[in-house]
Amino acid sequence: MRYHQVVVVGGGLAGLRAALELNKRNVKVAVVSKVHPLRSHSVEAQGGINASLGNHPRGSHDSPELHAFDTVKGSDYLADQKAALRLTEDAPKRVREMEHWGVPFSRTPDGKIAQRPFGGAGFPRTCFASDKTGHVLLHTLYEQCVKYEQASERGEMVIYDEQIVTGLVVDDGVCHGVIVWDFQNGEIDVIKSDAVIFATGGAGRIFGKTTNALVSTGLGMAIPYWGGIPIKDFEFVQFHPTTLFGTNILMTEGARGEGGYLLNNKGERFLANYDDSSKAMEVAPRDIVARNMTREIDEGRGFEDEYLHLDLRHLGREKILERLPGIRDLAMKFVHVDPIDDPIPVQPGMHYTMGGIDTDEHGASRVPGFYAAGECGCVSVHGANRLGGNSMLETIVYGAIAGDSAAQFVLDGGSGKVPDDAIFENAKNRELSRLEGMFNGAGEENPADIKDELETTMNRKCWVFREEKTLREGIQKVEELQDRYKKITLNSSGLRLNFDLLWALELGGNLAMAEVMIKGAARRKESRGSQFRTDYPTRDDDNWLEHTLAYYTEDGPRFEASEVDLSIWEPKERKY
Amino acid sequence: MSEVTFKVLRYDPETDKKPHVETFVVPTRSGMTVLDGLYYIQEHIDGSLAFRSSCRAGVCGSCAMHINGTYRLACETQIDALNSKTVKVRPMAHLPVMKDLFVDMDPFWEKFKHIKPYLIPGDEPGEKERFQTPDERAHLDRIIDCILCGACYASCTVNNYDEEYLGPAALLKAQRFFSDSRDAAEEERMDLVDGDHGVWRCHTIFNCQEVCPKEIDITGSIAVLKRNMVANRWSPSLKKE
Repeated sequence: MRYHQVVVVGGGLAGLRAALELNKRNVKVAVVSKVHPLRSHSVEAQGGINASLGNHPRGSHDSPELHAFDTVKGSDYLADQKAALRLTEDAPKRVREMEHWGVPFSRTPDGKIAQRPFGGAGFPRTCFASDKTGHVLLHTLYEQCVKYEQASERGEMVIYDEQIVTGLVVDDGVCHGVIVWDFQNGEIDVIKSDAVIFATGGAGRIFGKTTNALVSTGLGMAIPYWGGIPIKDFEFVQFHPTTLFGTNILMTEGARGEGGYLLNNKGERFLANYDDSSKAMEVAPRDIVARNMTREIDEGRGFEDEYLHLDLRHLGREKILERLPGIRDLAMKFVHVDPIDDPIPVQPGMHYTMGGIDTDEHGASRVPGFYAAGECGCVSVHGANRLGGNSMLETIVYGAIAGDSAAQFVLDGGSGKVPDDAIFENAKNRELSRLEGMFNGAGEENPADIKDELETTMNRKCWVFREEKTLREGIQKVEELQDRYKKITLNSSGLRLNFDLLWALELGGNLAMAEVMIKGAARRKESRGSQFRTDYPTRDDDNWLEHTLAYYTEDGPRFEASEVDLSIWEPKERKY
Repeated sequence: MSEVTFKVLRYDPETDKKPHVETFVVPTRSGMTVLDGLYYIQEHIDGSLAFRSSCRAGVCGSCAMHINGTYRLACETQIDALNSKTVKVRPMAHLPVMKDLFVDMDPFWEKFKHIKPYLIPGDEPGEKERFQTPDERAHLDRIIDCILCGACYASCTVNNYDEEYLGPAALLKAQRFFSDSRDAAEEERMDLVDGDHGVWRCHTIFNCQEVCPKEIDITGSIAVLKRNMVANRWSPSLKKE
């Protein structure tokens, strides 16, 4: 049995940033990641990270307050306002800190961090490194972790990669550690700790059409959910307007921020034809653009009834090579289109889960000793719709906050409770029998078939436009798939390098989070931000200006509501 | 529906005496990648097949392997583009096989860590960002695109006969920091890449450059590193104006 003062689960941006904060406070920290940290989904983020630095010629009047207001308005007033303000107040400090650590940001002519316009923002405030911002941020944070792994002047920092956390050790309402499956050597182990931070990313893979990495399954949200911690606002899913037709690989919003056009099959910039996008056009917020694109396709003005064109040709070769080389490379490799010469086929795709593990503004959950940060968590700063450039910001701001909170908790003596070793042994043995039980199932179901059907169901029944009838059909299907999941059979056994088992475990997380999402979507009878109900097409503040909380029960999620912090700005109609 | 034959080199050091090739028939569709094919095998034919993957978009660096004659990322290699009815797949060389296509990357990471792969600035930063002109920043173009997939390391013939050779990826990373106007650890890092298993072992064979999925000029970067070391340490006349 290993012991570390704090265990961080997940090696993406939020996890590594939390670990560095703990390390700075001389707390002994271990990061457990199911992939090598550099393989985390954060590496795929492209367009940039928001901070009101005022480096752009048109940005000199920008401020954290204006950034926070844009964030709250973008959220359709479902964000907690003080939490959003904390996000934007810490933004300049945290972004500059990343520069100090070595991030090769693109630069202004006078050598400052360059900024570009993004959707829903009053000023150009998205800091970027061409269109590979997630890649350089993640590599830089990992480099800093390597530095402090090697350094002796601070607390111990250990990274366990290719080990997956499969459960929590919770005793008497307090979190005391995690259960880890080291799939390289086939061992189940327990890591005892005084606090645990989950930074496990999103759940894009419950959909088929998603920009998310294959590893973004939602299991990291399902584990605390099964352990009694509620999931907040999970019905709110961001559909990114521009994902590559065929694979749904992300084509950054930066492409439109730099001046790219969206065109229908008549060659029209169709966003001009819709009231909510006619002014901001291509840089209207993501929920609005994704809806209007879906309408164009549904009404027959797309190509092959599937996609539209993202046209960059007028930007010219030089600008594309300087600012957007990554998406050019992806378009050439995956659809054989060079954006310098031809438009890119794009369609909306699932991109981000605004909701997640319920935390307060310190990253703390209701269970003492358990924290969450990044996409898996929900403070909430994104509410019903996240602005582009705010997700990477959340990872480093709230990663640092969660790390700092957990450090303080541990240094103050933690929960003060030290459970008996038998608690850990029992937890480990239970997990071992659960995993071994998965080899010996009597059923005939192939987990891959269940996953395929889940993806199709969510694509069709819980997509950009939602309504009661199709949501109910989707719920019925998800429940059927959960029953079938109990009858899966695996065609390989053993715990060492068994990816059949790994993906089957992940599928349990997929299914749990899909259920929370689609039932939450059916429950919320209004349209707000990313959730658009064709049967309830307007926002209903009288009845629904509230967070959704989903608690696990054996019969499915039990829903409650919780208050939204509206202490700074009064909700208004969201117009652009 | 058309089909393709996958020939996968399989080996489990815990149970097999030696590696062997297994054949799988996989149905294909337009745009299907080698990674999609490997998943088809794992999900529908043989669940024991081991390989890494994550982003499926050519940016995370998990799935470098030897495919039809060269090292590439399985996720961005479309089967159609191979123009072959057979897809031959084997794991990266110069790294111990743990199972099938899943190799032990630790030696690769240890060498990466050896060169102190983090910014070592000469001064304490102020409240604002450090300034770097667009021209200074341009020295980092391409070189920062490295995703540390290991394709270069596996393709390098020097790694074949010198297990301790730092290899192209670690040397490229060193050059990344030498090229950064904000870094001040030139002397320190030169010591780290000097020596019998360091930069001088590179024989300018260009394999690394040929296989790099990000098309980085790795061989050229190593040559610049050598040149700068010679100039700094032995031949000041080589120094650029």
